[in-house]
Amino acid sequence: MFRVLALLSIFAVALFAAGDATFEASKSELNIAAIIMFFIFVGGTLGITYWAAKKTKSASDFYTAGGGISGFQNGMAIAGDYMSAASFLGISGLVYLSGYDGLIYAVGFLVGWPVILFLLAEKLRNLGKFTFTDIAAYRLGQKEIRTLAAFGSLAVVTLYLIAQMVGSGKLIQVLFGLEYEYAVLLVGVMMIIYVTFGGMLATTWVQIIKAILLLSGVSFMGFMVLSHFGFSFEALATKAVETHEKGQAIMEPGGFISDPISAISLGLALMLGTAGLPHVLMRFFTVGNAKEARKSVVYATGFIGYFYLVIAVIGLGAIVFLNSPEGQAYFVDGKLFGGNNMAAIHLSHIVGGNIFLGFISAVAFATILAVVAGLTLAGASAISHDLYASVINPNATEEQEIRVSKIAVIIIGIIGVVLGIAFEQQNIAFMVGLAFAIAASANFPILFLSIYWRKLTTRGAFLGGIVGLATAVILVVVGPIVWVDILGNKEALFPYKHPALFSVTAAFVAIWFFSVTDKSQRAKDEEKAFEAQNIRAETGFGAAGAVDH
Amino acid sequence: MNDQLVAKIKANPNYQELVEKRSSIAVKLAIFVLVLFYAFILTIAFEPSLLGIRTGDGVMTIAFPIAAAIIIISFLTTLVYVKKANGEFEELIEKVREDVKDEL
Repeated sequence: MFRVLALLSIFAVALFAAGDATFEASKSELNIAAIIMFFIFVGGTLGITYWAAKKTKSASDFYTAGGGISGFQNGMAIAGDYMSAASFLGISGLVYLSGYDGLIYAVGFLVGWPVILFLLAEKLRNLGKFTFTDIAAYRLGQKEIRTLAAFGSLAVVTLYLIAQMVGSGKLIQVLFGLEYEYAVLLVGVMMIIYVTFGGMLATTWVQIIKAILLLSGVSFMGFMVLSHFGFSFEALATKAVETHEKGQAIMEPGGFISDPISAISLGLALMLGTAGLPHVLMRFFTVGNAKEARKSVVYATGFIGYFYLVIAVIGLGAIVFLNSPEGQAYFVDGKLFGGNNMAAIHLSHIVGGNIFLGFISAVAFATILAVVAGLTLAGASAISHDLYASVINPNATEEQEIRVSKIAVIIIGIIGVVLGIAFEQQNIAFMVGLAFAIAASANFPILFLSIYWRKLTTRGAFLGGIVGLATAVILVVVGPIVWVDILGNKEALFPYKHPALFSVTAAFVAIWFFSVTDKSQRAKDEEKAFEAQNIRAETGFGAAGAVDH
Repeated sequence: MNDQLVAKIKANPNYQELVEKRSSIAVKLAIFVLVLFYAFILTIAFEPSLLGIRTGDGVMTIAFPIAAAIIIISFLTTLVYVKKANGEFEELIEKVREDVKDEL
């Protein structure tokens, strides 16, 4: 492993050396502080990975950190998974661009949490072992359900991964002047190292550290912004309205959520999508029991909520500071350097100087790495635990399963890098939106009904899941973004950008229909098995604990 | 878990109390959060200008405090539920476990 680390650091230094020249060409000052912060972070996290690698032996260690994470730590890690680059850079950029509309996303992302807690969290913890597919497959046909859910997971993970890869490539390009392709490659290599060597333990700790750094960073930024306005949000808003070209319009919803159907559909995707994200659901298995699982949701909701409130301040602060005379230094040819997603990064430079810019940049990079690592682990578990060990080779030993996981991590890493480069010009927000739509349409209905509906059958879940997945994908393809913006057709066959309202409904109706019309003996057995499942879901009797493996 | 044990746990009064109380509070809180969120989303969908009503003489609109309130209320509801679940409900589960521990 040390040889790999040594090679990697040489590789990274060489890349940075190569990158500096182009960076200097595009922007005069060299971000030395960012590079130093970056190496401190990379060194630290590789140290954690080395420590975690020594402790990671069983499949349970690899997938769930042995179930030994506390509720507080897990809450931090969930918050970390949630405060991805799309949230931090994306939402602050959105507020910078159009004011209040950005906050609608923040509210939608957050409101999913209480609902997950009330309806899913503890039951997930009680019924599952490594992946959320365990729950759906608990009393239904293993082969069909695991295969379908694994593909649902992989679809979500891949789309999310591409979005993060593109985001990280752009971020590093702006910060360090590194070529886009090298930046994506660097992220891919680092992520493969974290996950293959350190598994869930390293991934979780990298996530926790990053969450602490990010929360401290945005707090400082929010504090500095508000300190310019005597700590009055009203005074900040007044100045933002004065400087923004849209004026008072930034104080209310408008702009990009234009029609009622889209607004409702987006709201549904944001909320239900959260409950279907494999890398987030997986975190409920890293804690010892349902009690800790519940606590982790409270901590996570608190941290994420606080984070979004500060993001509102940062977004408005970016409007004020970047539109001021001194903010003009951050524009190239009338456009914000690096795009609107860089608003928070530039603001960090204005309010905190080079060192703070370095800190925030390193944290933003860490954010991407940590989220990408969590995603990759979720994808690898879908392949090794759900497909390989449960469908392809049910007699697989634990060693074989872990080996398949590690190979899967490397393959997913390579796919992430290749697609990240191929989709360089793709809209990140769109990819994330699609990932949420698929999670809400394909994963959530099966998960929800398998816990709550005794009449759910394998046939219903399998066919309904396919309907949900297919409807979401097809409606996106024939919708305005792909059909018009990407394929260049004149008019979209399906007029809305967000398909969730239709695809989630289709999934629920199809699952219901194919379940109630299923008169087979297997359907009867599955209904009968519901009682035992429900008792375990309610009480946790017989649940996989931290001690028994 | 065999059929006999399933039947025994189902008949246990503590278990019934647990299921009843928990589903009651979970459903109520979930509906509360959903109504709050969809009232917000439907306002954005049909009457976005409502959120543009100003709170005073300045530029401040009710949109910001409403968003902040939804975020804070979401957090508080999780707190309420977990206090109840990790206290009262866990105790009930323990009681059920006591009753059937020989057969588990």
